[in-house]
Order: sequence, then structure tokens, then C-alpha cells
Amino acid sequence: MQLRSRNAELLLLLLVGTIVVAGYVLASLGRSASIPANIVPFLIGILLLLILAHVAIRRFAPHADFTLLPLAGFLNGLGYVVIARLDNDLAGLQATWTLVGVGAFITTLIILPQIRRLEEYRYIMMLIGVALLVMPLLPIIGREINGARIWVSLGPMNFQPGEFAKIALAIFFAAYIVEKREVLAGSSTRFFGMPFPELRHLGPILLAWGVSLVVMVAEKDLGSSLLFFTLFVVLLWVSTGRASYLGISVVLFSGGAFLAWSQFIHVKERVDIWLYPFDDPTGDGYQIVQSSFALAEGGLTGTGLGVGNPENIPAVETDFILAAIGEELGLVGTTAILIAFLLMIGSGLRIALASTRPFEKLLSSGLTALLGFQAFIIIAGVIRLLPLTGVTLPFVSYGGSSLLANWILLALLLRVSHEAHTEKIKETPLKTESQ
Amino acid sequence: MNRRIRFLGVALVLCFIALFMQLNRIQLFEQQDLQENPNNMRSVIRDFNRERGNIFTIDGTLIAKSEEIGGQLKFERLYPLGNLYAHSTGFFSFQYGADGLERFYNDELAGQTKTQRFNSLKDVFTDTDTSADLIITINHSVQQVAQDSLGERKGSIVVVDPRTGEILAFWSYPSYDPNIFGSADLSEGQKIWEELSSLPVGEDPRLPKMYREIFFPGSTFKLVTAAAAISMTSATLSEPEFEVRSTYLPPLTTVPLQNFAGSTCGGDILEGLRVSCNTTFAELAAEFVGAEPMIETAERFGFNSSPPLDLPFPASSVFPDNFGEKISETENDPPVSILENTPALAQSGIGQFNVKATPLQMALVVSTIANDGILMKPHLMHSFQNQNGDVIDTYDPVIWRTVLSRQDALSLQFAMETVASSGTAMNLAIPGVRVGGKTGTAQVDAARPDDTHGWIVGFAGPEDGEATLAISVVIESVPGEGQFTGGSDAAPIAKAVLIEALHVQGILE
Repeated sequence: MQLRSRNAELLLLLLVGTIVVAGYVLASLGRSASIPANIVPFLIGILLLLILAHVAIRRFAPHADFTLLPLAGFLNGLGYVVIARLDNDLAGLQATWTLVGVGAFITTLIILPQIRRLEEYRYIMMLIGVALLVMPLLPIIGREINGARIWVSLGPMNFQPGEFAKIALAIFFAAYIVEKREVLAGSSTRFFGMPFPELRHLGPILLAWGVSLVVMVAEKDLGSSLLFFTLFVVLLWVSTGRASYLGISVVLFSGGAFLAWSQFIHVKERVDIWLYPFDDPTGDGYQIVQSSFALAEGGLTGTGLGVGNPENIPAVETDFILAAIGEELGLVGTTAILIAFLLMIGSGLRIALASTRPFEKLLSSGLTALLGFQAFIIIAGVIRLLPLTGVTLPFVSYGGSSLLANWILLALLLRVSHEAHTEKIKETPLKTESQ
Repeated sequence: MNRRIRFLGVALVLCFIALFMQLNRIQLFEQQDLQENPNNMRSVIRDFNRERGNIFTIDGTLIAKSEEIGGQLKFERLYPLGNLYAHSTGFFSFQYGADGLERFYNDELAGQTKTQRFNSLKDVFTDTDTSADLIITINHSVQQVAQDSLGERKGSIVVVDPRTGEILAFWSYPSYDPNIFGSADLSEGQKIWEELSSLPVGEDPRLPKMYREIFFPGSTFKLVTAAAAISMTSATLSEPEFEVRSTYLPPLTTVPLQNFAGSTCGGDILEGLRVSCNTTFAELAAEFVGAEPMIETAERFGFNSSPPLDLPFPASSVFPDNFGEKISETENDPPVSILENTPALAQSGIGQFNVKATPLQMALVVSTIANDGILMKPHLMHSFQNQNGDVIDTYDPVIWRTVLSRQDALSLQFAMETVASSGTAMNLAIPGVRVGGKTGTAQVDAARPDDTHGWIVGFAGPEDGEATLAISVVIESVPGEGQFTGGSDAAPIAKAVLIEALHVQGILE
């Protein structure tokens, strides 16, 4: 049975490889009407990379879900094709980061044979998470780029520690909530007829809210702030089943957001641009207006890879990569991206359902929610559904930190998946034996 | 916990459905609005970074080309002859879009028509330039003579080959230099653009008056009135005869209509055309032809509709289409209705009141008469060539309308030849050539009788054959500059242009 699913995975990976190589060739044809010179090394490289990851799963997590790796490969590959078509220099870097990402994926599978070990390190994870989160605020190494102080610069390397913080925090939240589950779900008072947790148990949620506000205000990183808070609240609710946590959080976050909106110019600007992008189409609204033009240009089927003009959207390789996909591949392309993420969410949550231990359940729910909500937040910002908050589109956007972190996240999910299925196989004796 | 994990899944699916709906909105439902948004420079940027075909005159003079400059904008658009062809080519500007042929034939010049793109598919492995060169029907030497003979007088000249609808000269003064807008130096272009935009509309040199401005046609319109009488009533060139007089009082008014400079004239239609008799044609229109046949004839000649010219936004020439309710009838046989506005119809019959025409429209009127009653679609495109020099498309002459019977057209040709040989258009006559003409001196404002547009329309061809040229020239009134008359001011210009065109056609040695 596990052999069959591994073979299916291999087949899907070959399909992904074909799609990505075809996209790469088409983009080159569209741009310069010529087949790319490095097509053979590219083809070999991409197949090698995918198969390497596949072999690692076969070897170190043979019972894991078979859809996640092909889906991640598809998103990463398509993102690479679009980045290569936008900027040659970035393409080289992104290729390197993909290599490092897949390397980290394999390494994680190897050095972490059992996910429950992470549970023991929960407070270390918290420290790491918070440290990573506040790192950009430190003098000397902290960097503010494009108005958000989310960068750390160590020697020649720039990275976004927030991308890694979210994984550390997801581990911590899952372990912490499992530990305090009884208390968190315990006694309550009634408030306006609603069950309401006792005040002292509100501590953690208030703390998470506080941290997210600090991130929002000090680092001007609205997207990550929203993401962390959502993650914590969702896990709290999934674990305890107390809707009042959701209610309180919505009130708290809305309050915080309103405060930020009324007190901080950059937040107010973001909201104004969202509501009235065409009031200043060449100034503040330029990015979002250009993004809308790009998406409209694409229409249903797109202009074709390499034939559009997405270059004039600021940050098109990172936050706005979906606009480039929408222009050149149309609604068909953007829908493919949405479906890929939905399938990943489905697989991630199926892993959570299949797991038997609460920590694994919560962790896989949390990691899936991170992936899903992050994709939602940035896409919603690009297409004017929500105010724009700069986060990357997982696997697709250009960016080393983001790629590396998401490949690690994927390895963790596959590790949980492998364990869940291994246990199931142990529990259900083979039919031949039972007779 | 499982129930809530499933619920989380549902929540995420709902989020993504919202994304999908919004994407549909932007990419499909609002697509057209966004593409047409004035801030959307995508199509312009695309066209500016692409090879674009040259434009040549029929005799091979290069009048528009693209030059690679390798800046943020890859190409610059150049017009080697400056203002001479500006009203035909239009401009191709990064900031202000395009006008003229650059706009009308944008897809062909840019190589973006479906055929061009399809043909380039087979060359997918090489970098193919699909753009096409446009060859236009204008002849450079005729165009040059048109510019030189009009000089610095405001006015327009249109020369058409009546047999095909090809435009041989298309000039209007003042013109402008389209290089300024095609240049990559955007700030200079913007400066000039704003300067020109602050001028009153009639003085903006960007306005191609030959096809986008309408003028009182004055007496040149008598050709239409005569055509209406001959083709739709029992009248001929010699029947009926009108009283010789200096004024005519139309029914229902006390304001008499006067002949030019108070002269007396009358007689039949031929005589009326020869001396351009206002009283004759006013009465002919008002009491002999009547409103309906006048409107119908004017509209057959192209009034009240946009001409099928291959340039953007050609103006419609105007003939009033309603002269009010019937009041009574005339006594002649068959009787003609007298309407509330019959006095206006009398004015309209001599090209005044609310009748207005583009210089192109008047050229089409003579062109129709000269081509035995058949009106060809006017056009500037001759053909397109791809970058290998192969002709990929040619304009085949198309009949727009059949306006008159051959017999009626021949009568009018004869009348116009008489006007050129012994009437008001004698300055148009060219020895050894068959020439017909009709002058016009149109009052711009009843209060200023000395401000007039000077018109001449005419045709020319070999002595014993079909006419090969139709021309219309107007010199615009300039307040305070005195009268421009068709006979003494416009006719010599038309003659010079016709002589050059006849040389080009090989009719004159």
C-alpha cells in the first residue's frame, strides 16, 4: 500500500517536472522567440531535485502523504518559471534557494525521526520563536526594507527571521496548548449569557495579542501579525472547542487593528489604498492599480508566458507574483494556484485527522493553517479583497527565507503523516494474518 | 477535535472561494473597464517596445519610421517630413496615444493582426518581426505642391481619384510636427501638447480640418441641388427657366435672398451654375425640388453620415433633415409642399443656413459626378508589405454608393465644364485638359458679409476620356482679412495642384 502511494507520488512528480519545463520553454519562447540555451541542464536539474526529495521520503518517511511533495514542487516550479521570466539574476538565486530548501526538507526528515521530540523542546521553541520575531528590532543587524522592519542582516546574508519564527511558534503553541488543555478548556463564568473563560486563563491569549501588536507596530508587518494571532487562536479553539476564544480574539484583534489604523499613518495608508486605489493611481495606489491592470490584461487565459508586461508592478517577484501569473496565465493560471493550495490544505488537514495524539493533531493543523492563511492573506491583498499586507506567497514568491521555511514546514507535515499512517498499519492487522 | 479540524477546513475553503470570486471579478467582469482605464499604459508600452512598420507614400517617400534608441522606451517614432503628412499619419505618442493612420492601422503596423500573428507561428524558433509597412495613396509631389500653393493661408486641399477613391493629396494648413509627440523626450512633448491644447479648437494645428472640420460649402453645394433637381424631378439643365433678378423672396418670409454682390441673374440651371446664381438655386430648392428630395440627395452624396474613410473619427457633413410641418403647396406641377421652414430650405439650396461640409465631403461630391454617379469609398491605404517586401494586403476599390444615373452625372459634368470654360471657375481651366469646376464663396456670418470662405471643387482628366482627378479646396475666412472668393483665390491653387497631379498621371507631358 505505501509502495503504491510512493509510485503515485513519483508519477505526479514527473508530471510536475513536465509542466515546469514546458512553462520554462514557453516563457522563453514568449520573451525572445527562442528555446532557452540551458534547457537540458534545467530539465535534468529539476528532475534530479524532485526525485531526490522523493527518494528521501521513500527512505525516511515511506508512509507519508503522497500529494504534498508534488504540489509543493508544482508551486515552487511555477514560481521559478515566472521569476526567471521576470529577472535573470533573481532566477539564479531562487534556483539556489530551491536547492537549499529541498536540502533542508531532506535534512529535516533525516534528523527528526519522531515528531514528539519537538514537544519536549516547547519552551526552547518559544524562546527561539520570540527571539527570531524580535530580531529585526535589534540595532545593527535589524534592517528596514520597503517600510517593514522584518529583515536581519548577518554579514552578506539578509533574511527574514519571521518566516522561521512562525514554525517555531506553531510547535510551541501546539505543545503548550496540549499541556494546558485541561485548564484552558476548564471552568468558566458566564458573561452576557456566553460561557467565558476565567480571567487568569485569558493570560496566554492576551500575551499572544500583545506580541502580535508589537510586531504590527514596531516592525510594521501587518501580515505576519495577523498570521501569528490567527494561528494561536485557531489552535486554541481547535484544541478546546470554546467558541468564546474566537469571539474574544476577533474583538481583541479588531480593537488592535482599529487602534493601529487610527494611530499609525502607514496602517491608515494601507486601508485607504485598499478602499480607493484609483484615487492616486500613479502614487500610493500605483502598485495595486498596476496589479489590477495586469490581472485584467490576463483575462481568462492570459497573454501567454513571457508575452505580458508584469515588470512594472513593484515587488512583482515577491508579494505580487500572483499578478504576474494572472497576467500571463489568466484566470486559469490563478485558479490553478488556488486549487494547488486548497489541495495542500486538504492533505494537511487529513494528516491532522489521521493523527491520534493531540500534539501531532494540533501541530499539523497549525502548520496547515499557516500555509493556507498566509496564501490567503497575500492573495487577498493583491486582488483587493483585503488591505495589502506584505507576506510572501508560500513556495511561489521569490525569497530564500520563505522557501527554506516552507520546505521545512512541509517536512514536518510529512513526518506527522508518516507516523499517523505507521500507527494505523500497526493497529489494523493484515487480513491474511487475521484469518 | 476532529469536528473542529474539519470546520477549519471549511473555513479555509470559504476563504479561497472568496479569492476565486474576486479573481473572476477582476479578470473577467471588470476586465474591459480596467483595460480602458486611462491610467492603463499596458497597450501603449507594449506597442512602444515593439518594431513598428514604416509608412511610405505611393511614390516611395518615407514619411514615418521607428528608430531603436535603447532607452526605457525601446523605439522612437520619427516623421522625416515633419508637418507635411501630420494630418494623415497622425502621431504615435507614449503619453497621448495615437491618431491618424497610426491609430487606424495600429494593429497592422505593429504586426498584431490575427493573420500576422498566425503567419509568424511557423517562424517560432527565430525572432520574427511581424510588423508591416503601410504604403499610402498620397503622391509626394502632389502633396508638396498642395502645401506650397496654399502657403500660409488657412485652408484645406483634398485630391481624390474618382475612379478608385484613392486620396492623392491631403493637406490642411496650419499643420504640426508629429515628431514632438513620437519622441522619447516626454517632457518636451508634454509642453507642446499643453500649449496646443490651450488654443481655441479651430486654431489647434493638430485638427485635420480636411476631414474633421465642417464649413459652409456655399455655392459649391449648388451641385447637390442641381443633382437633386435633375435626378428626382422633371428638370433638366435647360428646363425650367428662372426669372432674371437680383433678389428672391421665398414663401413665408419677408427677408429676401440676394445674389452675390447684388448682381442680377436667372435663366436655366446650366446658366445658374455658370454664373453661380443664388436666386435661381434658392427657388429651385424651395419651390421646385422640395425638402424630401433635397435631403435624400444630400444624404446619398454622404451628408449626415460618417464617411467610410480609413482614418479615425471623420466628421459627418450636415444637411438639415427636417424643415417642419406642411403649410401649403406650390402651384407648379407636380406641386411641392411649402413647409414651415421653406425659407431655410431656400438658404440650404445654396449651401448656407445649417448646411456644413468637410473639404473631403465636397471632394466626394465632385468625385461622384466625375465618376458617372458612382461614389467610391475614399481611402489612404494602398497596401501593406511585410518586412521581406512581400505585399500582404492591398486595398481593392469599393463602391460606397451609387448616387446618380450615368445620364444625370454626364449632364452635371457638362455643366461643370461650362463653368470652367466660360463661368466663375475659368481660373481652373487648363489647356489641353478636360476640366470641370464650381466655385463657392460662403458667408460665415450674416453680420459680417466680408468674411467668407473661398471654395473651389472640380475634376480633371484627359480631353477625350473619363475624369481621373477630383479636387476640393477651401480657404478659410480670417476675420478682418477681407473676402476669399472661390474664383480668384481658391481656383489658382486647385489649378496648380491639378497640373502636378496630371503630370504624375502622365496626362500632361
